[in-house]
Amino acid sequence: MKVDLNQVEEACRELYIRALKMLPPDIKQGFRRLDSSETNATGKAILGTMIRNIAVAEDTNNLLCQDTGIPIYNVTIGSNVIVDGYALKQAIVKGCARATKEHPLRSSVVHPTTRKNEHTSCGRHVPVINIDFVPAADILAIEMIPKGSGSENNSWLKMAIPADGIDAIKTFVVDCVLEAGGKSCPPVIVGVGVGGTADLCVHLSKVAATRPLGSVCADPEGAKLEAELSAVVNQLGVGAQGLGGDSTAFAVHVETAATHITMNPVAVNMQCHSARRARATFTPQGVGYGY
Amino acid sequence: MAHYELNMPVTEEQVRQLRINDTVTLHQTLYGIRDATQIHMFDHGRKTRFDLKGHAVIHTAPNVKWVGETKEHPSGYAPICIGTTTSARMERFTRPLMEQYGVRIVIGKGGLFAASAKAFSDLGGVYLAIIGGTAALETTWIEQIEEVDLDDLNPESLWKFRIKGFGPLLVAMDSHGGSLYTAVNSAAKDRRAGVLAALGVKS
Ligand code: SF4
Repeated sequence: MKVDLNQVEEACRELYIRALKMLPPDIKQGFRRLDSSETNATGKAILGTMIRNIAVAEDTNNLLCQDTGIPIYNVTIGSNVIVDGYALKQAIVKGCARATKEHPLRSSVVHPTTRKNEHTSCGRHVPVINIDFVPAADILAIEMIPKGSGSENNSWLKMAIPADGIDAIKTFVVDCVLEAGGKSCPPVIVGVGVGGTADLCVHLSKVAATRPLGSVCADPEGAKLEAELSAVVNQLGVGAQGLGGDSTAFAVHVETAATHITMNPVAVNMQCHSARRARATFTPQGVGYGY
Repeated sequence: MAHYELNMPVTEEQVRQLRINDTVTLHQTLYGIRDATQIHMFDHGRKTRFDLKGHAVIHTAPNVKWVGETKEHPSGYAPICIGTTTSARMERFTRPLMEQYGVRIVIGKGGLFAASAKAFSDLGGVYLAIIGGTAALETTWIEQIEEVDLDDLNPESLWKFRIKGFGPLLVAMDSHGGSLYTAVNSAAKDRRAGVLAALGVKS
């Protein structure tokens, strides 16, 4: 399958805008679940406003949240796909910049020291582009995630040691949820990376935080850990927006990687309730949009 | 738990009557301010031509569209999506905003800390919690972007919004030392040991 890069550019433009406007069905379902079990009056009112906001965004064709985030594009390439990888990256950057100019969207991206904003949502190494390969033959999928800063600013890495074991991982996650409090716009998805190198561990925490609700870690040990943490995290009572109640988190997600005999790294990355993502899938039949 | 409708600007007395868990809806005028705006005002010595005395500021950097100055859009900007950002990063600006400009109300999400609480009680101010991430809804409370200052910092300019029924917002920190965040955070810390025990963590 040969990929038309004009179509990719167009899709990357479209994906940024779609992601900002329409929340995936699994997140909406997550809201309904939390709303039905919330016992705190303030928490209940806040969840009600958040649910109303989703409807207002759809009715007025507006962005869910003002924060257009840092744009992330996750590309998955099938084994029969023929594409110039460098040109593919350029098409993604162009699509991202066009969305920003043409909608227009607030460019939330600046140079890290001069703080200069190019008003394109692009800059050095941004948008973040991750590329991976899958055995499925004729498919190219692009997932777009606008990652809000309120949640991204609540990111942590701890290089724990083997002697501290899994208890260090669990304690760290609980302490990060407490530390984040209301700053990351709870209810959140708590993304946890376990193992790997320092950078891989942090990357995994982002993969975990942006996974659909209801999905399960492919590593049974990770799945066990995420189930345990999900079961108790809402007992902390941080609540929606950090104002108390039972809706601190939709879930805790864990992703794992093998690590060194002397290492026990754990990273936490939060995803806020505006858990936005959009997906375009290219097949020989054309391009389809989803989540 | 009372509800107040406030026409901006307000007096110290009006602000001091507000208590945590009250709700407030604002009318007429609201100013938008953010990290860069305040870094430039308080660290780089820049001044705004706006009179912020008795007013409310919201921690925001909106999505806007340049349409050129018209009667409908006197600033030249049409609002697209206006919401709020995490207030914690702007903690150190609460006191100078109040002392130097007379600001009485700070609106944001996630709350502020002890230095702001002290400024609110010393000078007469409150923090109103707006729900982060509900900007589509909040945009419907904004009528117009009347004026803009320090616009070289766009989108972190100083924005003057004309508002109608901006709220209800929750009084989360008041001028009597009350803070919902402190209460929730300390209760959550108290539950930490129980949660860790439930996870089988050996202490
Ligand atoms: S943390 Fe998320 S919901 Fe909150 S303001 Fe940022 S992007 Fe929006």
